[in-house]
Amino acid sequence: MRFQRSLLAAALSTALALPMTMPFTQAEAATPPNMLVIANRIDDIVSLDPHEMFEFAGTDYANNVYDTLVVFDPADLSSGYQPGLAESWSVSEDGKTFTFKMRSGISFHSGNPVTAKDAEYSLRRVVALEKTPSFILTQFGFNKENMAETIRATDDGTLVITTDKKYAPSFVLNCFTAAVASIVDSKTVQEHEKDGDWGNEWLRTNSAGSGAYKLINWKPNESYSLQAAGDYWRGDVAMQRVIVRHIAESSAQRLLLEKGDVDVARNLSPEDVAGLSSDENVKVEDTLRGRIMYISMNQKDPVLSKPKVVEALKYLIDYKGMEGSFLKGQYTVHQAFLPLTYMGELKDQPYSFDVDKAKALLAEAGEGDGFEVELIVRNAQERVEIAQSLQNTFAQAGITATITQGTGKQILGKYRSRDFQIYVGAWGPDYPDPHTNADTFANNPDNSDEAQLTGKLAWRNAWDIPEMTRRTDAAVQETDAKVRAQMYVDIQKDFQKVAPFAPMFQKVEQNVMRANVNGFNPGAAITAVFYWPVTK
Amino acid sequence: MTDTLGTAGRRRGATPPLFKLARALAATLLSVLLTIIGLLFVTFLIGRVMPVDPVLAIVGERASQEMYEAAYRSLGLDQPLYVQFWIFLKSVAVGDFGMSTLTARPVAEDVLRVFPATLELATLATIIGVCFGVPMGVISAVHEGRWPDHLVRLFGLFGYSMPVFWIGLMGLLVFYGILGWVGGPGRLDIYYEDIIPPVTGMILIDSLIAGDMTIFWNAVSHIILPASILGYYSLAYISRMTRSFMLEQLSQEYITTARVKGLSERAVIWRHALGNVMIPLITVVALSYATLLEGSVLTEVIFAWPGIGQYITNALLSADLNAVLGGTVVVGLVFILLNLLSDLLYKIVDPRAR
Repeated sequence: MRFQRSLLAAALSTALALPMTMPFTQAEAATPPNMLVIANRIDDIVSLDPHEMFEFAGTDYANNVYDTLVVFDPADLSSGYQPGLAESWSVSEDGKTFTFKMRSGISFHSGNPVTAKDAEYSLRRVVALEKTPSFILTQFGFNKENMAETIRATDDGTLVITTDKKYAPSFVLNCFTAAVASIVDSKTVQEHEKDGDWGNEWLRTNSAGSGAYKLINWKPNESYSLQAAGDYWRGDVAMQRVIVRHIAESSAQRLLLEKGDVDVARNLSPEDVAGLSSDENVKVEDTLRGRIMYISMNQKDPVLSKPKVVEALKYLIDYKGMEGSFLKGQYTVHQAFLPLTYMGELKDQPYSFDVDKAKALLAEAGEGDGFEVELIVRNAQERVEIAQSLQNTFAQAGITATITQGTGKQILGKYRSRDFQIYVGAWGPDYPDPHTNADTFANNPDNSDEAQLTGKLAWRNAWDIPEMTRRTDAAVQETDAKVRAQMYVDIQKDFQKVAPFAPMFQKVEQNVMRANVNGFNPGAAITAVFYWPVTK
Repeated sequence: MTDTLGTAGRRRGATPPLFKLARALAATLLSVLLTIIGLLFVTFLIGRVMPVDPVLAIVGERASQEMYEAAYRSLGLDQPLYVQFWIFLKSVAVGDFGMSTLTARPVAEDVLRVFPATLELATLATIIGVCFGVPMGVISAVHEGRWPDHLVRLFGLFGYSMPVFWIGLMGLLVFYGILGWVGGPGRLDIYYEDIIPPVTGMILIDSLIAGDMTIFWNAVSHIILPASILGYYSLAYISRMTRSFMLEQLSQEYITTARVKGLSERAVIWRHALGNVMIPLITVVALSYATLLEGSVLTEVIFAWPGIGQYITNALLSADLNAVLGGTVVVGLVFILLNLLSDLLYKIVDPRAR
């Protein structure tokens, strides 16, 4: 009996120990006023070197720690690229030489001044390191052999870049806004070079930038914290400290947000977002991202290569039905290959779910009795659900669709080897210029099997388009930005009519934050998040 | 020859205790060493048969053939398998598991960072499991078939059958979300992070070393819930095993003898019966502790606890071979060490095993 009494006492003392901790948790119910705390999934960050990273969470980091020659203004993203570390630029008459005049009076976090020599070192570093995102710059013809001539600082204030041929200035400048074009502190990085690695090993876990924040600490898969670096040339920095914590679970992110332990939750599920809709202490801000969900039809297939069949299938997609059900809040209907917020965006939505019209088109194509078709799709939930919806709506016009699911590797393997009928999938732009998507959806210089242009979606679908290829090639060389934007609009309009592609949806990201957080801009489809304009 | 044999014969006849101890120690160390080499060999082989290109993981998909081949040679992959194993052994011997492609840091550094988080959590969970599990098992056995027994068994069954993510989420919702008694996910409130210098990597201990009681209590508020949930699972297992060991002991004749001799029931149960149960119980507790030290992935995910379970899982999912091997070796070593420890405890508790 005495033992049972002591057991009870032990249990009671443990129960009492829980509320003992209460003062510590409740006293700090809100984050400090000058600190921004974010719950996000950041386990995709493998390196903090801006010339190596190519993941969303990584570019979020780079956008706040580094500056680029050309930038986007978070207050007005639609105005396009703006002067950054380069206060002005000029383009030679032949369109191949870009001369950047550097902004003076800006320093790196180390105190070293930002000069054209740093820009030269940084851009050459991208070329020499040959990391994944380097193609964004090397597509202009830079390589290790010619970089000494093609990228050079003529003095501390002037950087001269020479491309291999004429490109639209807007194309080059848009590419110079990407994280891979970040300018690093050459003196600091050179001090940490080892065995000719351009300081890569050191910069993977350290920072050497001139951005609003400097890195305090990075714990992989756990968190990174940033400290305001002092006076920032682009504006006041209200949040002196930014901590981004990896929280994988949506429900855990939601609880932290509700309790005020984080200011922003970036990966809430639609259910958790809906659950917070009546909470006055939080607000939901939607932002468009770059990912496009689409289906495409292999033009090697005798049935799917009939233009009327292609058109009919575009009327057999329940765009609104999917948007309003399982894709609710996560995707919005979008029927062009350039994401909205991109230069040359097209908002037209000529297709809607119309079985009668589709049946008529199928009859005109001589396929009025329907046919059998295979949809291939990666085994990711939302894609499979889209495929199932298509299976259902296709059936209403007599088309029997079977769904083949597989891993990304299996399905992409079939897609890249042109061994499929209909592909259900997604495409995300690589850099903030319309050419990134135009070059893959609407450009196919050689449709032969031997060409193996597997990087181009038009080739993968065996879509032979010499005229459209010529037009996309012309657009990437057009020097007048307005004319160029219109060229993409026109290309997309024609693309909508004839392409064996049906872009369906654009990704929407829902950021949920405490009501007192203002100025949080995730960067839309073209760039990454900006922490420095945030106030509380 | 004769003389040598004679000396050996004399030694066999009267082995000095110190020599006996040294021999036992040497035998144990040899067996541990062989087990470790076996473990390393198996993990090495798993690493070689996994369909992952370790070179590509390091140099990236766009690397030139030259870079690829240089990295291939630097990893020793052009050597025969036994040479590769020897290179692997030599690196592991100096604590070098290579670089993690996932974190861009040395695996050894990563493991040293994540393991203390798991160690802290598992230790507290085991303490909770033992402190509550053993007495509950004893009560259950003493009151076999009556309500305290049913209650304890029902409580244990609930612990066994509820999915950990459900209990974790419910625990967070109730104790953190609604009542506000405990801290949320993570090891500390976010704004307390990076304040105290890491010494052991275990925040409870580091905050005490730094003398910062605010951070200590904050860490307690964060660890108490995940530790209680893991402790509950451990408790369910320990109480069930204690009950069954106790029932076996309570039916022995020496218990009847003790009772006949007039010993108090308390002495019979807690000194005599439980004393004998301690021996098998050590193995049970050691195994349960070792399982917790592997890292409980789901608990770590729900509570955003950056431990070794999450680390190895992430490494597996992204084919980070060095990290997988490093993590596996550490978990294997933990098992070996705990086995060794329970063997030693056996010898202390049970005179027959000495």
